[in-house]
Amino acid sequence: MANSDNNRRKFMATTLQSVGLTALGGLLWSGYSDEVKASPLVLRPPGALPEEDFLKACIKCGLCAEACVNRESNIDRETGKQRPGTLQMAKGGDHRMIGTPFFTPLDVPCYMCDDIPCVPVCPSGALDQLSVSNEKGELDIDKSRMGLAVVHKESCIAFWGIQCDACYRACPLLDEAISLQYQKNERTGKHAFLLPVVHSDVCTGCGLCEKACVTEEPAIFILPIEQSTGKAGSHYVKGWDIKDQERVREAKEIKTKTERSEKEAADYLNVEVEY
Amino acid sequence: MKNMKYLLLRRVTQITLLVLYFGANAYGWHMLEGTFGSSLLFGIIPLADPYTTLQVLATGFVLGADVLLGALIITLFYMLVGGRAFCSWVCPINMVTDLANWLRRKLNLDKEEVNYRFIKRKARYWIMVLGLIVSAVVGVAAFEVLSPITIMQRGIIFGFGAGISVIIAIFLFDLFGVKNGWCGHLCPLGASYSLIGKASIIRVKHDHEACTACMKCKVVCPENQVLHMINKESISVTDGECTNCGRCIDVCDDNALGFGIRSFTNKSKD
Repeated sequence: MANSDNNRRKFMATTLQSVGLTALGGLLWSGYSDEVKASPLVLRPPGALPEEDFLKACIKCGLCAEACVNRESNIDRETGKQRPGTLQMAKGGDHRMIGTPFFTPLDVPCYMCDDIPCVPVCPSGALDQLSVSNEKGELDIDKSRMGLAVVHKESCIAFWGIQCDACYRACPLLDEAISLQYQKNERTGKHAFLLPVVHSDVCTGCGLCEKACVTEEPAIFILPIEQSTGKAGSHYVKGWDIKDQERVREAKEIKTKTERSEKEAADYLNVEVEY
Repeated sequence: MKNMKYLLLRRVTQITLLVLYFGANAYGWHMLEGTFGSSLLFGIIPLADPYTTLQVLATGFVLGADVLLGALIITLFYMLVGGRAFCSWVCPINMVTDLANWLRRKLNLDKEEVNYRFIKRKARYWIMVLGLIVSAVVGVAAFEVLSPITIMQRGIIFGFGAGISVIIAIFLFDLFGVKNGWCGHLCPLGASYSLIGKASIIRVKHDHEACTACMKCKVVCPENQVLHMINKESISVTDGECTNCGRCIDVCDDNALGFGIRSFTNKSKD
């Protein structure tokens, strides 16, 4: 009787220990995994799902990167040798989720192959072929949104008045994704600024502009869409846009009551902010 | 060379697979592309690791059919034929831990007083389940974040970077820490293959009549709890934790061990 009691006590203790250690491991493991997946400034291959879903879906097989580097078009025209691929598989020390594909435009931008070799090979669905296909179901790289080019006008020499259209000419969607805006240079009085303007509805984020930029650190560079775009919010309605007006055709007046709206607008807007 | 037969065969298999994977990236070969997580055999047949697949499914992502079919093919192969053979015939970490294990014996680290045993062999099953839970909670295939197996494989294919430190850590852990610590105690992938391969037909068979109880097999076996029948009865090694590595067969001087097909006719003597 005492023996079976002992056995039971031992069983209870070891079970408790296993459960406890598993909980400990789970906390450490979850914390670590959650930290390592937090690398927002990463550019993914064409057709990649939004980062949160991409990290769930990517099985880290590397088929996209292998298809990228081994594509027939990836031959240096001068030497006849294979160039490094655009897509790299994140290694330890890259500070991106290990084993996932990414690219660095300054090293190798995406050349926007018509046949998009990296996407159809994805077995898991992390790279979504539909998102880079047109209505006829044909692959269309122009639909990809790997990121968005952003211009830093203080370091862009075109904004200084120097004529440079390196990014404009490097863009595969010439005059669509980046256009040149002409503006009078008041400093000289007789020259024009040729200012690069990026259009986010066209820009694929391939990074050829960043690679082509002539400044010491590129004045135009690719950021992931989530980091390079804002959002006005649905309560802004364009009064001059008939289609946008449709959104509020059925709208009824809503009176929002908050702590602030107790007072008159003229009062609360003129209250000094306390620091 | 007699006592190296299966060891050499395994090394040839492991290295051949790695060369094929390496060539897929470096030279554009279409023999075996991808990594163990998901591969493409001869450019058409999908293969996928069952545990990796389960982790991705646990995150809530509905996987593509290629991966699901690939995982099914791999599961069926090890379930019906190979047993836990992935661990000793395919996995590149096996070469690291075998080296650590061999060095342990050479450096006399195997003596009880220097063998830390603070982890139980069952720990891997807990870790396996935990990996799925963490995948679901964090939203990323949790073991793949730190798996030395694919870190080593991708290292060979795409370059190691700082990932090499994970491999060194496993080596040091197995050499100076727990004997067979990684493969035999912690690895959740090995745990999954132990479960998958439990009923496979290829098994090591023991001949009690020929055995002289020299126990060389038990010394060399990385999962020597599966060899409980040595010098006791003539049965097959049916425990799923046996990796079918064949080292016991190599070192046996008495022909008391050999690969065979599991017999289904006589339950007590299978």
